[in-house]
Amino acid sequence: MNNPILSVAHLSVSFNHGNKVVDDISFDVYPGETFALVGESGSGKSITALSVLRLLPPNARIQARAISLQGDNLLRRSEYELCRIRGRRIGLIFQDPMSSLNPVMTIGDQIEEVIKLHFDPPQQALKRRVLELLRQVEIPLPEQRINDYPHQLSGGQRQRVMIAIALAGEPDLLIADEPTTSLDVTIQAQILALLKTLQQQTGMALWLISHDLALVSNLADRVAVMQQGKIVETGHCDEFFRHPQHPYTQKLLDALPSMQSCLTHRRQETPPLLQVEDFKVYYPIRKGIFKRVVDHVRAVDGVSFIIQQGKTLALVGESGCGKTTLGKGLLNLIPGTAGRVTLDGVALDTIQGEALRQKRADMQIVFQDPFSSMNPRMLVGDIVAEGIQALHPGVSSVNRQERVRQLLQQVGLPEDAAQRYPHEFSGGQRQRICIARALAVDPKLIVCDEPTSALDVSVQAQIIELLKSLQQEKGVSYLFITHDLAVVAEIADEVAVMHKGRIVEYGSVAQVLSEPRQAYTKKLLGAVPVLRTENKPFADQGKEAVL
Amino acid sequence: MIILWTDALIFLLIAVMLLLGFYLRGKEYIKRPMQQIARSKTGMMSLTVLIFFVVVGLLDSIHFKPPEGHGNEIISALDYWATPLREHSEKTYSAPFAVYLYSKEMMTLPDGTEQWGYPRLQFGGAHLADPETEHLPDILEKAFYGWLQGAGLVVFFMVLLVSLLREPHKRFIVSPTAKAVWAVVFLVVSVNYMLVYLSAYYHVFGTDKVGEDVFYQAIKSIRTGLVIGTLTTLVMLPMALVFGIMAGFFRGWVDDVIQYVYTTLNSIPSVLLIAASILMVQVYMAAHEEKFTSVIVRADMRLLFLCLILGVTSWTGLCRLLRAETLKLREMEYVQAAQAMGVRRRVILLRHILPNVMHIVLISVVLDFSSLVLAEAVLSYINIGVDPTTYSWGNMINGARLEMAREPVVWWSLTASFIFMFALVLAANLFADTVRDAFDPRRGAYE
Repeated sequence: MNNPILSVAHLSVSFNHGNKVVDDISFDVYPGETFALVGESGSGKSITALSVLRLLPPNARIQARAISLQGDNLLRRSEYELCRIRGRRIGLIFQDPMSSLNPVMTIGDQIEEVIKLHFDPPQQALKRRVLELLRQVEIPLPEQRINDYPHQLSGGQRQRVMIAIALAGEPDLLIADEPTTSLDVTIQAQILALLKTLQQQTGMALWLISHDLALVSNLADRVAVMQQGKIVETGHCDEFFRHPQHPYTQKLLDALPSMQSCLTHRRQETPPLLQVEDFKVYYPIRKGIFKRVVDHVRAVDGVSFIIQQGKTLALVGESGCGKTTLGKGLLNLIPGTAGRVTLDGVALDTIQGEALRQKRADMQIVFQDPFSSMNPRMLVGDIVAEGIQALHPGVSSVNRQERVRQLLQQVGLPEDAAQRYPHEFSGGQRQRICIARALAVDPKLIVCDEPTSALDVSVQAQIIELLKSLQQEKGVSYLFITHDLAVVAEIADEVAVMHKGRIVEYGSVAQVLSEPRQAYTKKLLGAVPVLRTENKPFADQGKEAVL
Repeated sequence: MIILWTDALIFLLIAVMLLLGFYLRGKEYIKRPMQQIARSKTGMMSLTVLIFFVVVGLLDSIHFKPPEGHGNEIISALDYWATPLREHSEKTYSAPFAVYLYSKEMMTLPDGTEQWGYPRLQFGGAHLADPETEHLPDILEKAFYGWLQGAGLVVFFMVLLVSLLREPHKRFIVSPTAKAVWAVVFLVVSVNYMLVYLSAYYHVFGTDKVGEDVFYQAIKSIRTGLVIGTLTTLVMLPMALVFGIMAGFFRGWVDDVIQYVYTTLNSIPSVLLIAASILMVQVYMAAHEEKFTSVIVRADMRLLFLCLILGVTSWTGLCRLLRAETLKLREMEYVQAAQAMGVRRRVILLRHILPNVMHIVLISVVLDFSSLVLAEAVLSYINIGVDPTTYSWGNMINGARLEMAREPVVWWSLTASFIFMFALVLAANLFADTVRDAFDPRRGAYE
């Protein structure tokens, strides 16, 4: 094999003389290859990338024997020289295309800025080069788009612009730090395909940082797994996924939800719990000085479904399709809803005020972000007890505490959890607290709004296990809102696919996932990255996803 | 003992703060930032200076009728303690540490001849037989003795403390922060003791136009500054809190009305409002003379109204901040979760919104304090501030500004008020910085 383009030897990073966040890791990236660094959140993968470019905050301490770019030790380079390397020889793409583009500059100017910095061509050539880059990243109508501001572009297009900026310096190595994590699954597939094509065109090396093993298995040539600052396993992609050596890697692979699991379970019919007919959520668009309503944004546009007792309906769709709005609308958390909602024989759409408040106990919600869904200034015990206090004010404080203790135990939290604050817990533990809070008022239905998408795979599997066991124990039904089709297979009995405010396909999980009827569902399923164990080209991945 | 309106409010404020401290004492989310403040050297040093100012202000807030034969104007504990200072009035201006008056006048010498010259001061340096030779050595000697006594006092208390404290509490003395605090205490107490000691013999900051000791004026002004800083906050805080949170939480017409009110209020020049309300108070007092028999009661009423009107004009800024923050918080998922659990609105407001905006309140209150102290000085300068008989830094500056053109310059009133105001505002600002850092989670309060 030829010489590595980037060689990192014995790199350690620590903050404020604390523990090592990155602990003595070594790896090489070779020209033209895709090297993937995989790990759960907090394992130090982004820190590793940033420390190579020396972009860490001043309180970071970087130690290494060498970080060499084509034999040139970057540690010996001054800040001035490093500025000539960043962007020119190493390009970088960040996770969130929204916050990494300057909102008050046109995308053309932002790309130009980089070209000017490194090459300084004449004005004519500059413009040509920008257009060429935009064409390269497959932005439609680049002549018009060049003067657009970031907010005028969609998330996928913004990420394409980011890639164009990274490519503007014609780097030998492109670092992509979770490039698709904040994108929808269909967009994700497009961006990954683009990265692959660009790599083939330019012959640059791609250093991919990701938490998604399935995605990595489709894209990478070599894989390294990081755990708590250490690289625990490195290997060629095929070998790596076929015979994972390290127990941690095996655990990660086992935790991946798999599409096949849905075919195994088939449960009995039960009476319906929640019946929704022609449910709508319209947001008025107001114009003029009198704020007349001129039109409506149809966030949810006439959906109907039934959830059976003790069963789970998964609501699947891409971001912006109205699935979260539907969930919150059902709970009466947002104004402007219409349609018939019947929960256990009670028409929820007709009652209001105190009667509605009392009925709220029957329906609870678990949110996506375990960090913003709990008041940071309340003890966990008080958070869990809040619902009991509000809906059953007669319960004595001793009984309430006993109930909180039981609930926390049920969701698998330590004894002393009630006396601690939310920020002392990890993401998965916080999500357990949220589940305990929802369970506190004995609901019949829990709306789970992407409860696992902010969590690592291994934690995600645990939470899903917990939800399933609670369902068996208490007979509670779930409306499971998610964008992740693999999770759907794990937990759902029925699936409703949402697109632009409407349900486009609705049926049992086995039917929808294995024999989708609608084109949109097929497209969605095709885009899900599936763990690749055979050596297949990237383009075949769609077929495999449909099983 | 006589309790003036502002006294009552000050004591009420202190009682409320003590109660609040008692209520929050075990709360984790208050304890951690407090500990961070306690670890900060700058914070604790500025707090020490602030406490010194507050103690002086409190002493000045205990009013009573003087004992028989000492006049019948109401005095405060500070006045009583500083009686010599208060009564050592000269004829007119005299420079700091001067022995002679600022202006020449006709004197009758012991031998009966008349002379046009600078007369000796009645009190400043009156103990000197021959000012020409004894003056400077005497000042240095007295300053040294005064400083030594002050320093001795601090050292004595420190030794007492060290011998009394048991092992776990020793950190109150030996930790780096404690050392810094003790250094400040040492400096403040010894220097002030020295000044007080000296002012028994000299006018350390000179005298003003009517011969009153400027050091005494500056000390008396501390209370005025503190009253304006704190009572205004007391007026402004409930309005800003209630309106800001309501506007942000309920949206709709409530928000429209509140926004309309504060935009309107903001667009009226506040100087105009203040002038109008001060005028109103004066008219009221003129109409009800029987209720305001004493000069000090009148002055106090005017001070109170100044605080009120400053409060009414200054709540809009904080209200706007709170509205924005509440708008953000009401969309937080924990608020929605509480709603889904059937928690009542007022409980949501009290339990989920209020505690999460408290850091903003705390920060802006401490920052506003210093700007209000400065505002008082500006308002007195254009004669719509406190009563001319009230001692305040603003009045001192106002009085001194006309004398700036004299030759030699009468600089001491200005300097004294500048030094005191600077010390108070700087300490308040430094403390506010520390408080802000400690309560802002993004600045790593939980590290």
